Amino acid sequence: MSNSIQRFAMVVDTRLCVACKACVLACKAENAVPDGYARDWLIEEVRGQFPHLAAENRSERCNHCSRPPCVASCPTGASHLAQGGAVLVTHGKCTGCKACIASCPYDARYPHPAGYVDKCTFCLHRVEAGKLPACVEVCPTSCLHFGDLSNQDSDVSRLLRSRQGKVLHPETGCRPNVYFLA
Amino acid sequence: MNDAMLEVVHGRHNALIDPSLTIWNWEIPVYLFLGGLAAGLLILPALLELRAGDRLRSAALRWAPWISAGLLSLGMLALFLDLSYKAHVYRFYLAFEPTSPMSWGSWILMLAYPVAILLGLGGLSSGERERLSAWLGRFWLKAPLTFAIGLADSMRRSLLWAAIAVGAGLGIYTGVLLGAMSARLAWNSGVLGPLFLTSGLSTGAALLLLLRLDHSERHSVMLFDAGAIVAEMLLIAVLLIGFASGDRTAQHAFWQLTSGPWGAAFWALVVVTGLAVPLVMEAIEFRRRLPMVALTPVLVLVGGLALRFVLLAAGQASGFRDF
Repeated sequence: MSNSIQRFAMVVDTRLCVACKACVLACKAENAVPDGYARDWLIEEVRGQFPHLAAENRSERCNHCSRPPCVASCPTGASHLAQGGAVLVTHGKCTGCKACIASCPYDARYPHPAGYVDKCTFCLHRVEAGKLPACVEVCPTSCLHFGDLSNQDSDVSRLLRSRQGKVLHPETGCRPNVYFLA
Repeated sequence: MNDAMLEVVHGRHNALIDPSLTIWNWEIPVYLFLGGLAAGLLILPALLELRAGDRLRSAALRWAPWISAGLLSLGMLALFLDLSYKAHVYRFYLAFEPTSPMSWGSWILMLAYPVAILLGLGGLSSGERERLSAWLGRFWLKAPLTFAIGLADSMRRSLLWAAIAVGAGLGIYTGVLLGAMSARLAWNSGVLGPLFLTSGLSTGAALLLLLRLDHSERHSVMLFDAGAIVAEMLLIAVLLIGFASGDRTAQHAFWQLTSGPWGAAFWALVVVTGLAVPLVMEAIEFRRRLPMVALTPVLVLVGGLALRFVLLAAGQASGFRDF
């Protein structure tokens, strides 16, 4: 067993993503996400000047930041850092004050109809059982990768060494852990 | 056409989150307004009594702590109505999270009540004390009341300072609550803390001016209100200058407040109706020794409420998704 602290991350290969939304449906099925809500979503971005256009498809979700403002703003300790730096919400402690939603620069959280605030968990219940998150498991183009950045041999570490990765809005200072390969 | 195009198709449509945040409705600005008002009603009578060196004379000032506690209760009711998991409200008081302004606030609220009650008890006249004692006697609460009044009288000076400290904490926290959320661009400023405190002081003074005060008290409260309005105007100027000279996200906040969707409400309700007009009216009443018209403090109160509504709406509508 490694002594280093685990740091879970996700890497999205935007060149392989075809925006099929299988990740969104897999997440909804796996996590019983209610109708009208999503824990992960697709962004399709087209930029340039015709006919020289570039498209980027991004499967986005909570960035499980290393400096999460949602955890800092939570008045009850419901939002917390769990195994591998995953940001989770303890439903039993959540009052539904929505401070975490307002403080998330990625708007990755939503108020669950049951009252508590809900978000992506990196499918920690599956990871603990040795499986991959549902969205990664189901991706037909294998554009989603999940792993531990503290392990140099992990899929995500190797990808980020060999290719250029970016995070969304690094200027927020939240140190997000979902990377996008351009 | 040399401009490169950028088209973004957003695949997320979460209720209350998209297309822009609408998680907080009227309950939050009403609470922030009432919290500020309650802070002003704790601080101002305490300052006046410390300056006078003697108990306050008019009933309005003596009862101000009770009004403060009442308004705070209304505010907390609004906060409670906003919670989407109401059964878990007790969770606020099973934790203290030092990085969370909301956690600080919930504990400050718990401090404000005993301070307000003791301050209010100490300010009661002997006749009022007798009536209260007779009424509470029906519920076997005479002994606790006698103890509390004894405590309130013996600690009067400490309580006055405690009221100023708790009031300042309460007033500042309502602004820091929003200001700490840098994800919402129009809230991303440290000025919101002192701005909301100043607005709380000014609205607190305005509410007192609507009640019956004696001549010298009215004079002091009016001067205090005018000073708070000037301070609030300066803080709004600092807020806007900070946004205008900041990065592109701050400039977006500047645009939103000054000329964007909330520009009209900001200038018309907050700056002109809530600050400039009452300041001019107060100056005229003061210089010409005219009797005060009730409209002046009413405008200050309207402006204080509008400040919270406008800032809350502008903040929720601004985020990094625009960049």
